[in-house]
Amino acid sequence: MSTTVISHDAAHHGHDHHHETFLTKYVFSQDHKMIAKQFLITGIVMAVFAMLLSILFRIQLAWPDAEFPILEVFLGKWAEGGRIRPDFFLSLVTIHGTMMVFFVLTAGLSGTFSNLLIPYQLGARDMASPLMNMLSYWFFFTACVIMVASFFVESGPASAGWTIYPPLSAVPTAIPGSGLGMTLWLISMALFIASQVLGGVNYISTVLNMRTKGMELWKMPLTIWAFFLTAIVGLLSFPVLVSAVVLLFFDRSVGTSFYLSDLVVGGTILPNEGGSPILFQHLFWFLGHPEVYIVVMPALGLTSEVISTNSRKPIFGYHAMVYSLVGITVLSFIVWGHHMFVTGMSPFLGGVFMITTLIIAVPSAVKAFNYIATLWRGNIRFTPAMMFAIGMVSFFVSGGLTGLYLGNAALDINLHDTYFVVAHFHLVMGSASIFGMLSGVYHWYPKMFGRMMDERLGYFHFWLTFIGAYLVFFPMHFMGIDGVPRRYYAFTEFPFMEKWVSVNILVTWAAIVSAVGQIAFLWNFFASIWCGKRAPQNPWNSNTLEWTTPVEHIHGNWPGEIPSVYRWPYDYSKPGHDADFIPQTVPHSQTMSSNLIHDWEGNEYGIAAQRVYDKEHNRETEG
Amino acid sequence: MKFKLNNRFKSLFGGLLAINLMLAMPALASMQDTVADSTQVEQTAAAPADSAAAAVDSAAAPAADSATVAAASSSSSTASTVAAAPKEEKKIDPQVYKNLLYYILVLLVICTVVAVIGKVHSIYALTKRVSGKYNPLANNTLQAALLFVFLIAFLAFTYYSYAVWGAWSWRPAATEHGKDIDRMFIITTIIITIVLVLVHILLLTFSFIYRMRAKRTAYYYPHNDAIERLWTIVPAVVLTILVLFGFFTWRSITNIPEDLKKSALQIEVLGEQFQWTIRYPGTDGVIGKRNYKLTTPTNSYGIDFNDKSAWDDIKGDEIVIPVNKSVRFHIMSKDIIHSFYIPDFRVQINAVPGMTNYFQFTPTVTTEEMRDRQNDPAYDFYMLCAKICGSSHYNMKKKVIVVTEAEYKEWLSKQAKFFTEDLQKEFAQNADNTVKETRIAASLN
Repeated sequence: MSTTVISHDAAHHGHDHHHETFLTKYVFSQDHKMIAKQFLITGIVMAVFAMLLSILFRIQLAWPDAEFPILEVFLGKWAEGGRIRPDFFLSLVTIHGTMMVFFVLTAGLSGTFSNLLIPYQLGARDMASPLMNMLSYWFFFTACVIMVASFFVESGPASAGWTIYPPLSAVPTAIPGSGLGMTLWLISMALFIASQVLGGVNYISTVLNMRTKGMELWKMPLTIWAFFLTAIVGLLSFPVLVSAVVLLFFDRSVGTSFYLSDLVVGGTILPNEGGSPILFQHLFWFLGHPEVYIVVMPALGLTSEVISTNSRKPIFGYHAMVYSLVGITVLSFIVWGHHMFVTGMSPFLGGVFMITTLIIAVPSAVKAFNYIATLWRGNIRFTPAMMFAIGMVSFFVSGGLTGLYLGNAALDINLHDTYFVVAHFHLVMGSASIFGMLSGVYHWYPKMFGRMMDERLGYFHFWLTFIGAYLVFFPMHFMGIDGVPRRYYAFTEFPFMEKWVSVNILVTWAAIVSAVGQIAFLWNFFASIWCGKRAPQNPWNSNTLEWTTPVEHIHGNWPGEIPSVYRWPYDYSKPGHDADFIPQTVPHSQTMSSNLIHDWEGNEYGIAAQRVYDKEHNRETEG
Repeated sequence: MKFKLNNRFKSLFGGLLAINLMLAMPALASMQDTVADSTQVEQTAAAPADSAAAAVDSAAAPAADSATVAAASSSSSTASTVAAAPKEEKKIDPQVYKNLLYYILVLLVICTVVAVIGKVHSIYALTKRVSGKYNPLANNTLQAALLFVFLIAFLAFTYYSYAVWGAWSWRPAATEHGKDIDRMFIITTIIITIVLVLVHILLLTFSFIYRMRAKRTAYYYPHNDAIERLWTIVPAVVLTILVLFGFFTWRSITNIPEDLKKSALQIEVLGEQFQWTIRYPGTDGVIGKRNYKLTTPTNSYGIDFNDKSAWDDIKGDEIVIPVNKSVRFHIMSKDIIHSFYIPDFRVQINAVPGMTNYFQFTPTVTTEEMRDRQNDPAYDFYMLCAKICGSSHYNMKKKVIVVTEAEYKEWLSKQAKFFTEDLQKEFAQNADNTVKETRIAASLN
């Protein structure tokens, strides 16, 4: 890693950006590493905000009859007399869902790690279009600001649920949140989608065009596969949400009737005729379902990398892992109808969607089994990142299995829109993705900030969050089976629900404790930026390319020429090699003692040389 | 450098603590009382109508624990502040701020304790290192062991939740199709519980067994096509069985032959914010037409009385249906989307404005029988709204009563008609007007 060899290219870059100001370096940066950090920190801020919202409505659910005057101090008229108002409760769940799904788990997760890792792991100096990359972040940031701003609107933020089904979201007289708050929601979402499309185009073109020498598609780490396929899913599905959002905007503000018909709201007969609320649901879920894979696939990619590195073992079934991601990508587009089994959609169509939905469980199952097989006979190093990766697999399985109920149209009749659904998606997409993201943060923190995070705080954070998340979401399954619908302000109006108030208290305490536990993470994250231990170049003895770059960030990533790639990224504990890892940049000619014949990929000279070497050293390499 | 920083941090922290202590003295005082009375607090909280406790509670309960200051015998200072700050004045009781401060203080103390434990541990590790007994893998082993402990706790927790919460939540279906759904539900539960337990046992025992050891290397095992094929095919086969089973059940519920549709008892349900209106056909057995444009304050349902089959339609206060008779519900919405959901019947369908949805089922258990079964004389079936619909979404219900055929007929005969006398007059007037208009038009021509 000599820094004296400076290629023409890198030198050129150096000259261009000699006069970097604070503004171009930290704010309007076009550097993928800085943009990744911007995405991550914005995502963390949004996550904390959305988490606080969830604590507020959890307090309401656990103590529906109690008054908390302190809430009035902060929320004013939304919590008059210390009790959260029912329509504000709905705003809380709506904005919690929107922020978590879109801002944290979509932008915060794939925005951060696609930006950080795509150029790094592929051996590119930056993204295909750094300008678009910068715009992607700033569109996202603006979307966040507008969404938060909707809390300062007199009629309150959007409150029709994160799925914003019209007519509730379209008719301001139906609920106060459907006034200006909803307009802001729609504007925010339109900007967010612009951000996602800009980002997605960039990720796809970078992956396809800017891989370094030797980096074939089948030598890419699984993280890159996951980001690449996620970007494709996003690029194909987000524009459909734009159409849904724009048509809803027209219905609200221009007086069209795309989604509205036959309405008598509050005694007034509305003039809209001929629209269909079901149309919106089709458009929304055409994005909405792929969206959950947009959320979970990057987490699966990060987890694959972390589990393999820390088990000191190749990921089991690399090709199967890629094909299952491809399978999920394709199938994710033809399953959206399972959100609509009981909306009155043609029952036969429901049956078809049920078949496609249960098929998508197969690639997911393959992934879970492959993770377990990767752990088998490994030499597992439990870094905090590894703990979160194991937690991610656990959540993915626990939450994924309940999908077999909800994907089954007949069982969905009784479970649709109940707490069972809440439990299901919070485990499989909420907790699993957050854990994938945290795993990534702990693993790549040294790459992002050049310093290490504190390990003990990491373990502390993991255990609080892991146990807390199970205590929060596992009991909800049973409420759902009992028939408690989601988005209920209080469980006090039905005799059969009253028994669950005690469980709600457990859930709320678990939520509060694990929310407080996030302070450990926040402290760890922000304090380590300045006073963490300095990171070595390759702290985890990892194979991938990002660990060949210098610890100090430089423009263009590698000081000299971009390294070439000779092997796949998972040569851990290869028999015959002295170290338990072989970076992708090491040619096979330097590892004669560990090569297998098929490593040469039909290179005749290589195979001949290997045969000679094996004979000399009495090695057997067939297999 | 790190040490310096830590010291600065500590002094800052100490200062903060001192300031907090000074500010939070009164809160602490009341807090001590609460601690002293903690057992009593629980009792008063449980007692339903202790008015004094309730008054204290409503005005001064802090953010996270409604019972903290609820003790009737709490300090006089608390009581007086409570008396001085009635809710009508819209002033926030200063005690509220003190309580907030107190909780912030508790949080800071917890953070300090965690930080101190961390420091103690690192000093311990440092001494070990100095004495040469440092085992770099000790923590790794600890975490592996903790994961194994977690496995046992997880399995116990799963068992507990199935046994306790499962029993709370499970009631056999009270309809014919519900029995099929229940059977499938139980089969699915058995399958996924086996998978859940097995996967967690494998995941966490492998983590424990194959934790890093100093002298071991991992087994280089990149793939095994046979085993991968196996665990693709086995889930695929299991899922195929579930899919087929589910598909046919779903079809049998939703795809009802035309003659059975007609022979069933027809009932219409109209959802609106935040109530349901139930319309039974009269003696003719046909529900009259509805046109939302005819909605008026007197005819809030929007029934089209030009259709004579609407004249005898009956308004049900509750949903009362005869047992063992097929009922076909027509679900409609007046304003926004609602959902017609009866958990005990395994029935749900959305009420969508602009279209009518149907759900046909046969109840098999009367309310009386269900009360006997549940051993709860107050038990009732409920139809509730399951689709977010506004601020009273959580309280949009209708009682469902299943009775014998004779009781049903008797109940129905006592219900009022939609076509009340006022409406009849209004309708007659309108009809007169239209007749006059047509006559005038005819004479003009």
